[in-house]
Amino acid sequence: MKFWPLIKLLPEKTNFRFVAFARYAAILSVVAVLGSLFAALYPLKPPCGGLHCGIDFQGGTVLEMSTAPQAVDIAKARATLEAMNLGDVQLQTVGSPSSAAVRFQTPEGASASATVDNVKAALTRALGQVTFQRADVVGPKVSGELFQAGLMALGLAIGLMLVYIWFRFELQFGIGAVVALFHDVILTFGIIALFNFEFNLTTVAAILTIIGYSMNDTVVVFDRLRENLRKYKRMPLKEVIDLSINETLSRTIITGLTAVLALGGLAIFGGPTLFGMSLILMFGIAIGTYSSIYVAAPVILLWGVKRSDEEAQPLKPADARG
Amino acid sequence: MLNLSRWKVILVILSVVFGVLFTLPNLLPEATRAQLPGFMPKKTLNLGLDLQGGSSLLYEVDLVALRAERLTNLIEDVRKTLTDEQVPFADLGQVNGAIVVRITDPAQFDKAQRVLRENIGGTTPSGARDVAVTTADGGRIRIALVEQAFEAAASSAVDQSIEVIRRRIDQLGTREPNIVRQGRNRISIQAAGESDPEKLKSIVGQTAKLTFQMVDESVPLQDAANGRIPPGSELLPSEDGLTPVLLVRKRAEVTGEMLVTAQAVFDSQTNRPAVSFRMNGQGARRFAAITSQNIGKRFAIVLDKRVISAPVIQGVIPSGNGQITGNFTTESAEELAVLLRAGALPAQLKVEEQKTVGAELGADAVKAGQLSTAVGFVAILLFMLVAYGFLFGGISIIALIINGLLIIATMSMTQATLTLPGIAGLILTLAVAVDANVLIYERMRDELRAGRSVLASMDAGFSRAMSTIIDANVTTILAALIMFQFGAGPVKGFAWTLSIGVVTSVFSAVLVTQVLLAWWFRATRPKTLPIV
Repeated sequence: MKFWPLIKLLPEKTNFRFVAFARYAAILSVVAVLGSLFAALYPLKPPCGGLHCGIDFQGGTVLEMSTAPQAVDIAKARATLEAMNLGDVQLQTVGSPSSAAVRFQTPEGASASATVDNVKAALTRALGQVTFQRADVVGPKVSGELFQAGLMALGLAIGLMLVYIWFRFELQFGIGAVVALFHDVILTFGIIALFNFEFNLTTVAAILTIIGYSMNDTVVVFDRLRENLRKYKRMPLKEVIDLSINETLSRTIITGLTAVLALGGLAIFGGPTLFGMSLILMFGIAIGTYSSIYVAAPVILLWGVKRSDEEAQPLKPADARG
Repeated sequence: MLNLSRWKVILVILSVVFGVLFTLPNLLPEATRAQLPGFMPKKTLNLGLDLQGGSSLLYEVDLVALRAERLTNLIEDVRKTLTDEQVPFADLGQVNGAIVVRITDPAQFDKAQRVLRENIGGTTPSGARDVAVTTADGGRIRIALVEQAFEAAASSAVDQSIEVIRRRIDQLGTREPNIVRQGRNRISIQAAGESDPEKLKSIVGQTAKLTFQMVDESVPLQDAANGRIPPGSELLPSEDGLTPVLLVRKRAEVTGEMLVTAQAVFDSQTNRPAVSFRMNGQGARRFAAITSQNIGKRFAIVLDKRVISAPVIQGVIPSGNGQITGNFTTESAEELAVLLRAGALPAQLKVEEQKTVGAELGADAVKAGQLSTAVGFVAILLFMLVAYGFLFGGISIIALIINGLLIIATMSMTQATLTLPGIAGLILTLAVAVDANVLIYERMRDELRAGRSVLASMDAGFSRAMSTIIDANVTTILAALIMFQFGAGPVKGFAWTLSIGVVTSVFSAVLVTQVLLAWWFRATRPKTLPIV
């Protein structure tokens, strides 16, 4: 046997009995979803709950400054900022010790851009030579709107996917796909909460991309499932699902690996902004792949599908046990 | 596979030519680009502010203030109209967003109503009045803004603001920023390469509403400061360096709109910076009338509710030429002249969002983006080579390279903005583009194993994988469209990159792969496929 091309190493035919493990997977999924929901929502603090809210959604100001070649005198900067009565101030170095990020809320009633000018001036007085590399100010009105738009985008994406799958397949498939999507989105939120990634517009874009990828993955399995349902009319649904997942397995592995490889490059070399995004995407792709096999397909099994020459056949309790 | 239609080959060749031609400018230095013959495309990728460095400002036109100001002006108009017509009145003021006035002489009620209908408010472009005058109980008349007319006025105030901002910025002579309206009452300004937006903000953010108002000397200033302000007057902060506040009549005798031009000059007597101005005919006539009636009194020159100076009228000024002296530096006189020339904003602007990225940080991001794209790309290429061998892996690599060219070419041609998240979109698109190849190859292997001939397997690989490929990619396009609709700035760039990528990757994975495989098949007539 040759070892290259690698594809020859993959067995021609796999016979993993995925469905047999579906019950354990279901328990795992439910626990993970509940855990993620808790992590993402608790404490119930608007607008972002347990997530680390970016200024896109919360409003406020982020300044990135550099005092190169000297290191930033964090203590002095903190004292300066605290004297300014800005409320919740966050200050930390980013990348090298000579650059730092400051984040603060605009005091009630004050002009956001005037506050930024004051802070810049005060920091320059306290620290000497400072260059401000980034200054982002988001007002409370805009952040509220962005947050709403972000949530709406997520909801609309899931809704559109349901309609598309319904239109292309049948309703049961659509429901399976949407349950899988909810699973993926919630688990991704869990990952974001767990790693304390910032929740902002870019994160929403990443989640939407995961929705696209996860659907892509689910559609490939469903496509094969639909084809096999027509081909093997007498085969029990459980076995058809196993067969379809096995048949698409090598594709699932190769595509997933390619995406993770490419995103790995992005995470390592892409700098701080892309690091979080590519990590979220990597996790999302892993979750999306898992959910195509263990969430989308089992939902179809529970629900049953209408096969061309017989009525829908939901899983009988006896089958479910074993 | 055998009867490869000619149009497919032509399409693939054309797309490669397009890809190379439009990608090329990105690889050439600027000097070489300028020397390219006229028919060659010259546009390079349009980098977003996060990559290029620059400032993005989002302003909101303050419609609440606009409404309040409109009402205040209407009250003064009502006061003047009724006084001129000698109709006695009382209790003039705002009630629930409308103006209410009580006519104290019932005999003159109808007359009051008539003169108010004739004189208050203006007409909308469609010819309707923009205020509604109605009667209320107790000898009162109610004057309300017509909502539709106000909406129209608000909308035109936004358009006008954009015009004014554009004129102001043009006079600064910096790099042309991009100014667009956003939604109902927002204006977005993107200034590439401008990493210190303070100057920009000070020139854009000022309303620059210039008015000439009479100083109210009927009450001592001390009493007014203690709250005894006569009706129709207001206490304004003063910046003339003589007094902190000044009591002036609310009515604007002459406004900045009547100015024809303004210039920063040096005052010939004091040799200090000043701003000279010239008024149009209407302004000059009004100015002449006021100066002749009020010799010896003071009038205040007010900019955005702050008194710049309050000179005493020495004599009649008939020509409409004048000079504003005040606490100016050379820069502030120049700035005021620019603002006066460009005109006042019709309403106040508030900064709602400001994003600034220094050029250095942008350059770092570009470097990181290039490196990570290259690493990701090479990783995908190597992986395909390892997974599918030289032939099939190689073919998918060629398809992927053409895909990359097409994405960069399309983005350069359409001048779509490439942002940092957009780079992530690009990489992910390339990774997922491979998916179409994988689907086709896997299908071929299945068919071959099922006992079909090489030729039939290859054909079936394409035709049967097609519906899966389409379904799988439509979902990504849908997600991208939603991002495009709801996202702002960098996210839009991401969505656009993703959409372009999906279209080009389906094209290259399906068509390019098909053409290359067909050529291979015709040349070698293989007995089996090297991927089984």
